[in-house]
Amino acid sequence: MGGVAWAELGALMLRHLYLAGVPLLVGLAVSLPLGWLASRVRWLGPPLIAGTGLMYTIPSLALFILLPLVLGTQILDDANVLVAMTIYAVALLTRTVADGFTSVPGHVRQAATAMGYGELRRVVAVDLPLAVPVVAAGLRVAAVSNVSMVSVAALIGVSQLGSLFTDGFNRNAMGPIVVGVMASVVLALLLDATIALLARLLTPWLRRGVPA
Amino acid sequence: MIRFDSVTKTYDDGTTAVDELSLEIPGGRITVLVGPSGCGKTTSLRMINRMVEPTSGRILIDGEDVSDRPAAQLRRSIGYVIQQAGLFPHRTVLSNVMTVPRLLGWDRARARAAATEAIEKAGLTAQQAGRYPSQLSGGQQQRVGVARALASGPQIVLMDEPYSAVDPIVRAELQDELRRLQGELGITVVLVTHDIDEALSLGDMVAVMRYGGHLAQFATPAELLARPADDFVASFVGKDRGYRALGFADVAVSPRPERTVRLGEAVPAGSGWVLAVDDAGRPLGWADARSWGGPLTESRVRRFGTIARLGESARLLLDAALSSPSRRGVVVDEHGAVVGTVLADDVLDALDARST
Ligand SMILES: Nc1ncnc2c1ncn2[C@@H]1O[C@H](COP(=O)(O)OP(=O)(O)OP(=O)(O)O)[C@@H](O)[C@H]1O
Ligand SMILES: [Mg+2]
Repeated sequence: MGGVAWAELGALMLRHLYLAGVPLLVGLAVSLPLGWLASRVRWLGPPLIAGTGLMYTIPSLALFILLPLVLGTQILDDANVLVAMTIYAVALLTRTVADGFTSVPGHVRQAATAMGYGELRRVVAVDLPLAVPVVAAGLRVAAVSNVSMVSVAALIGVSQLGSLFTDGFNRNAMGPIVVGVMASVVLALLLDATIALLARLLTPWLRRGVPA
Repeated sequence: MIRFDSVTKTYDDGTTAVDELSLEIPGGRITVLVGPSGCGKTTSLRMINRMVEPTSGRILIDGEDVSDRPAAQLRRSIGYVIQQAGLFPHRTVLSNVMTVPRLLGWDRARARAAATEAIEKAGLTAQQAGRYPSQLSGGQQQRVGVARALASGPQIVLMDEPYSAVDPIVRAELQDELRRLQGELGITVVLVTHDIDEALSLGDMVAVMRYGGHLAQFATPAELLARPADDFVASFVGKDRGYRALGFADVAVSPRPERTVRLGEAVPAGSGWVLAVDDAGRPLGWADARSWGGPLTESRVRRFGTIARLGESARLLLDAALSSPSRRGVVVDEHGAVVGTVLADDVLDALDARST
């Protein structure tokens, strides 16, 4: 299709999913405690959210080139891309997670504390499930952003769907470029839909109507 | 018994919410903390389960300082109900009510059994137990809040304005149930409200607080109405406190005999107001036979007036008389059968006789 073999396309899509998806999960894991801190510690919230948010403004190409120097990795190492994409995910998700925790009604949190929940147990059992809708919304944005941004890594030679763009450009062929764009869009939509579905499954109480 | 020992709470911003509060809250009773908004009721209540830590002073439960126990452990032993019920929206009613038993480490089966029992006690159905809080009315949610507070069988239950968000009819119903539950379980209830009527009708003891976290008076409702400690308490208790005090006054009034008529019986014209009763002698209402006469039909009977039970307060007796079209208040026995009627004057005379 478009001068690209199906097998090759499949392999590139899997690479793309790996390079964009794993950082999303790691980024979420890092953002949860950060966002929680930002929502809990009054003086820490604004600088933490602004600070992580600023990381999103670092140009990705610059990050891909700088990270090997910082991490001591080879320029072609996947780790550079994984770390860079994790940074972008954290940049987007810290605010979202903080918003999610802030969206938990105060009286619910207080009732939980009054029942005798310890702080950590309450965060896991009460705050976190209630933050799911807000966090999931932010995660969907981060997922699409990651899928699009990871393509840039093709410029430093890390293969994924972005490689089709450089390939098409070098050969002066439209085919691979069009295929690459379409595959990216499909991947982004799939990831987005998966997160939306997961969020739905995790929030059954939001789907029950008010009694007759 | 819960004892406040010169308890002061000054918040970080310098607000003194509670100032040198000393109070002995009796065990096995309902004690109400009442006062205007911002006077420190919630702060006082929350110091009992250490949601707020006092700046100075001590709070003792049965002689034991609450600060000697780990806060979370202390809280699991004390029920807590708040205004919007504070239910967990992501958990079903059953699982909401299982919260404290589970926190106490009970196994699932035992927690479920305790929760099911508490849900039933609070007047909810098994079907409602499977719903999420958003699928219940405000009153039902409040019941869940009560069930959740009672599930593990605590000796003390704290309630912060539990009924202020429900309509007056549901509120009266929930208040009745609280009284019933409290009596059945013999628990100690500390309830916060800014509604003096609620305080007077629910409380065995009432603590009136004034702005700045001072205790203005701690007394029984009757005492509060009869002898308010100062102008603040007097005005807070309200203008009609003389009438309300009758609600706590037992008077010796013997009802006058009243001729009763059953449906179908002939009523001579000019009999005035006649009291219709059913076969068991329970009042059906009054029929106006001032200018009408004949066999009594159901359509002639109007359900006017309140009904007082024998031995009820002067307020209810008086109300029965004042609300009756014949000015004769219907008094019934414990089976609901008519004993006789009282006139307002009878009640007032009895009150006079009592005070001289
Ligand atoms: N966390 C807090 N930080 C600072 N001040 C507080 C805090 N909580 C309460 N206050 C202040 O302490 C005083 C007493 O508050 P509290 O909530 O105990 O009053 P309340 O009697 O329960 O009032 P309401 O009837 O409005 O609920 C108020 O002036 C309030 O503004
Ligand atoms: Mg309050």
